[in-house]
Amino acid sequence: MKLLEIKNLSVRFGGLTAVADLSFAVREGEVLSLIGPNGAGKTTAFNAITGYLAPAAGGIVFSGRKLEGLKTSQIAALGLVRTFQKTSLFAGRSALDNILIGLHLRGRQTPLAIMLGLPYVAREESELRAEALRVLDFVGLKKRQQELAAALPYGEQRLLEVAIALAARPKLLMLDEPVSGMNPSETASFMAKLAEIRLLGITVLLVEHDMKMVMGVSDRVVCLSQGRIIADGTPAQIQRDPEVIRAYLGERYKHVVN
Amino acid sequence: MRAGLTILFLGILASLPLWLDNAYLLHVLIVTGIFIVAAMSLNLLLGYAGQLSLGHVAFFGIGAYASALVSLGFKLSFPFEIVVEAKPVWLAMLIGMVAAGLAGWFIGRIAFRVRGAYFVIVSISFVEVVRLVAVNWVELTQGPMALNNIPPLAVGDFVFYKKPENYWLVLGVAIVCYILIRRLVYSRAGRAMVALAENEPLATSVGIDVTRYLVLAAVVSAAMAGAAGALYAHYVRIVDPDVFLFIYTVTMVIMVITGGKGTLAGPIVGGLIFGLLPEGLRAMAFAPEAQWIVYGVLMVLVVYFLPRGIVPALQRK
Repeated sequence: MKLLEIKNLSVRFGGLTAVADLSFAVREGEVLSLIGPNGAGKTTAFNAITGYLAPAAGGIVFSGRKLEGLKTSQIAALGLVRTFQKTSLFAGRSALDNILIGLHLRGRQTPLAIMLGLPYVAREESELRAEALRVLDFVGLKKRQQELAAALPYGEQRLLEVAIALAARPKLLMLDEPVSGMNPSETASFMAKLAEIRLLGITVLLVEHDMKMVMGVSDRVVCLSQGRIIADGTPAQIQRDPEVIRAYLGERYKHVVN
Repeated sequence: MRAGLTILFLGILASLPLWLDNAYLLHVLIVTGIFIVAAMSLNLLLGYAGQLSLGHVAFFGIGAYASALVSLGFKLSFPFEIVVEAKPVWLAMLIGMVAAGLAGWFIGRIAFRVRGAYFVIVSISFVEVVRLVAVNWVELTQGPMALNNIPPLAVGDFVFYKKPENYWLVLGVAIVCYILIRRLVYSRAGRAMVALAENEPLATSVGIDVTRYLVLAAVVSAAMAGAAGALYAHYVRIVDPDVFLFIYTVTMVIMVITGGKGTLAGPIVGGLIFGLLPEGLRAMAFAPEAQWIVYGVLMVLVVYFLPRGIVPALQRK
């Protein structure tokens, strides 16, 4: 079943067409990777899907609902949550606070109830804290809960980002270059974490340049170049695709992988 | 330890009129207290929601004018014929808060469209517009002649006429505002405000409706500033357009920044120091100018050596 369907999506910045007539679908339960050279329009497509940019044309349907015209926060409430290419955290807050903010959609407190100090607010707060600790535990950052996000080592910051997104309980998690800048062992443990995320029943749309990771975790790969799709298939098919090799992977790639 | 200190601090504050036999000092404390309430409200917007409003005194002044007018009663022939009889002061003060809250709602909606430096300019312009209305709409506000003989707050037969009563009233309102802000800050709503100040794109990505929480911060903040303004109007019992002077906003900003924005105690610490300092210096200074020179130098030193404010600097140790 298609969870997310992009139909003929175009995004323009003035005269520049960043994404042209892009169509693809993410099926429920799969890990789909979007690859392509820098400037191919991957992040732009992400931004258009999640409501940060208004597309010039095209349709986006997520679990049966059209997303055009919705605000990012409304899209998140439907279960579509993304992370950012550049590390993006609530830097001046503790790791625990970061997750508590991520749990926003799970809370039901209204401002009036908060100011009146109604008992259910305190009850919900302690439930949210317990849940936040569970999320931190899941990514292995429980012992870091009181540390400022800005003070965490890079690899842990990237994990915290994913944890914030997971706290929002997504059906579809969109990861924008989650392992860029990580060393090989950090990448390997991130790949293991991604497998666990899949087991939670979360569908993943991944943008990534680390081909070892892409080929290792994806069920399907879509390759973009200059705003359009040049290939769509399993990792094995993509690695052999002459168009992909010419535009992105390069001739030498075959030898590196095999 | 911490709870003990709080109780001690509150005990000293509450018992102060009993052992401090100095009407002038009590007056200074009342006015400082009113400004601390205003500074606490500014802190919600500036320190937590991250919006620098240099027009905060507009809410203070709107609260003061609305409360004074309703308690005095007024007649209008333009834009439509309306006669408002004098209402009890407590009701007038509530209406003053609501009027300020509405102005906050309006400013919050604008803040959503214009951010950063542009919002600062819009907020300054807003006060200026409100001040010009207060100066020129003589039929309603008496213009520069000021609203006089504003009645003091009365509950039943008890009239808040003398200084000790007013002192306790201000202290009570300040405590209520502190508790409300504290509850908000340590809640889902407060976290949403902090999130949009820290990293707005990330906040929206996890489903936080930025407009909603920006407007909420502005409305609560403005209503509290309006309450401070209403307290002021019924304490000094005269309101003129000078209540909208830029210097009052600056005073609030100084209180928040030196005390530590985004901390609960910051506006109180900053407010007590920079509210009482001019009076303390006046006694010591050899020349009237020296008072403000020392004030300025102290402020520069605080900002230079404790850029995040006094309270965060103390907490770190």
